[in-house]
Amino acid sequence: MRAGQLDALVEAVAADGGVEFDGLNANHRDDGYGFRTPHTERTGLSEAEFREVAESNPWFVSNWFYWTREVGLGDRETGEADSGRRDGASARRAFLRWAERADDHGVPERYEALADGVSREWGQLCVTATVADHGERRYHLRHVADADADLSSLDVYTDPLEARGIATYDERGRYRPLKTAPTLRDGWAFADLDGRALVEAVDVVYPATVPNWYREREGRLDVSHWNETAERQTGIYDVVDELDEEAVEWIAESCCVDSQCLKRRMWDADEETELDADRGDGVFPCREPCSLVVAAARKWTTLEREESRTYEFELTPSEKEQVEEIIDAVADGRTDEIREADVYEGANRYRARFLRAKRFDDEGNLSGTPTDE
Amino acid sequence: MQALVIVAHGSHLNPDSSAPTYDHADTIRDVGAFDEVKTGFWKEEPSLREVLRTVESDEVFVVPMFISEGYFTEQVIPRELRLDGWDVSEWDSDGLSASHATLTAADTNQRVHYCGPVGTHESMTDVLVRRAESVTGDPEVGAGFGLAVVGHGTERNENSAKAIEYHAERIREMDRFDEVQALYMDEEPEVDDVTEYFESDDVVVVPLFIADGFHTQEDIPEDMGLTDDYRTGYDVPAEVDGHRIWYAGAVGTESLMADVVLERAAEAGADVGDAVETVRERTRGSPAAGD
Repeated sequence: MRAGQLDALVEAVAADGGVEFDGLNANHRDDGYGFRTPHTERTGLSEAEFREVAESNPWFVSNWFYWTREVGLGDRETGEADSGRRDGASARRAFLRWAERADDHGVPERYEALADGVSREWGQLCVTATVADHGERRYHLRHVADADADLSSLDVYTDPLEARGIATYDERGRYRPLKTAPTLRDGWAFADLDGRALVEAVDVVYPATVPNWYREREGRLDVSHWNETAERQTGIYDVVDELDEEAVEWIAESCCVDSQCLKRRMWDADEETELDADRGDGVFPCREPCSLVVAAARKWTTLEREESRTYEFELTPSEKEQVEEIIDAVADGRTDEIREADVYEGANRYRARFLRAKRFDDEGNLSGTPTDE
Repeated sequence: MQALVIVAHGSHLNPDSSAPTYDHADTIRDVGAFDEVKTGFWKEEPSLREVLRTVESDEVFVVPMFISEGYFTEQVIPRELRLDGWDVSEWDSDGLSASHATLTAADTNQRVHYCGPVGTHESMTDVLVRRAESVTGDPEVGAGFGLAVVGHGTERNENSAKAIEYHAERIREMDRFDEVQALYMDEEPEVDDVTEYFESDDVVVVPLFIADGFHTQEDIPEDMGLTDDYRTGYDVPAEVDGHRIWYAGAVGTESLMADVVLERAAEAGADVGDAVETVRERTRGSPAAGD
């Protein structure tokens, strides 16, 4: 605790008549100052005595100072409570308190835990909160896969915007169009961020997840369901509202599960019609079909206009199973895991090439059967 | 508190589309004219639907990184940002003159100053000229040179060609280059025949596009005959039909573009102090964004 923090507390008590925060109750009544924590209760204190008691409970003072003066919302706090909507700063504060489990633990337990570092997972991010001198929090950010890695083995960054380079490509150097895909690469760390910089870095990696998570906690996450989102589309996306509910179900099942996206799907067909697909276990919610889903849905809308027809193919039972295995492997992104010489796997490249050599004609038609007869 | 939000198209397929937007946002962030500088995209995250939630300020200046007024600036962006009561008549524009309109975002209650696109701002003319300077490495480039401003061109939106014509005409009026011509990919006069439109031996070709991508990196160089296959690259300048073609790539990657964004916001009432001059100073001679 710094002297300035205690001065600020005395000033706040004098100005507002009392301060109540995270178990600290400091007040000024006719009989003098009062100072109460879960472990201390003193009343009728002179200012000098009040300062003395506060000095022997420095964690409560510095904790109050950090959350109300450093992270604090300044003059905006009242305005925000009124509007209930302009909540960017409140979301930031709620996230930082979540990071140190402020809602679950009192100040002394928290300070003890923060001395070693309190870690939480946010998608594939591991956020660690620590307490520095005078109750100042410092934050550390890295990939969950590197949770126990030695810092010297990681690339260390300081500017939150440098997270852009990390989030743009996956570990194979491919562009990541969906920021919340579970393909964030590891091997990096932001070792010493203040609260604002931490939230900025998280926002670069997983844009808008903090404000949406905050709204959900406050019980006012606005969800745009499929039908509403589809009807809103114009131009080339105007057609996506033609998809029937079954196809929407397939979209959720194929795109919006943990293996593809770490957001927890909150949207359904509409408010009354829940989709069966798994919503995912992500800590942050997905409040409407994203642009990737809408763009994919446009393609599916045109494909779904086609009627199915009957084709005749010659395949051995094993070849039929092989086709199924290939589709599975591609859909699950496992083709790279199949070993070069593992011809027991249906989706092995040599197996697939053998099937093609045997069953495709010169035009690439399966079983020599043309697509348009 | 005041925030700048730059909104752009972005891409699901490659990161080059959003790169200039990030670069210009960084330039403006560095001069400290705004409490916050954020970016939002149609095809990337944060989406246009959610970008305002990432902004803490009450006063938000939204500048579209688009070339012309049209479908995106008039329909998509205002709709996705949930700008209450938006109607294109708010801009009172002839297709080139949109400056700004002030509305409330229904989602966040922020006051949003919705600006016209960067492409139609008069300062864009300076960026086109600066692009010619940076590609030739000559701050005095002009005498003995022709300049072609290249647009996509489309029959679906007359505003698309208007922006190209507008800047070509303004550069012509500067009397700096021997010849100035507006050319298009999809309408006459076509960029394929670039050498037919110039007598000058040296011709600088600047596409009025926001980002480098398929059109500026593949179509246009091949159409002009700079290369048979874009993958093998081309020289700058490259010899075509007895002319030296100085192909500049998308103007939007020029670092001076940050100035246009700032001017749009300043004209909508943002307090940017001397940031405009600082950005002009800092982006002079610095390598083009995205290079």
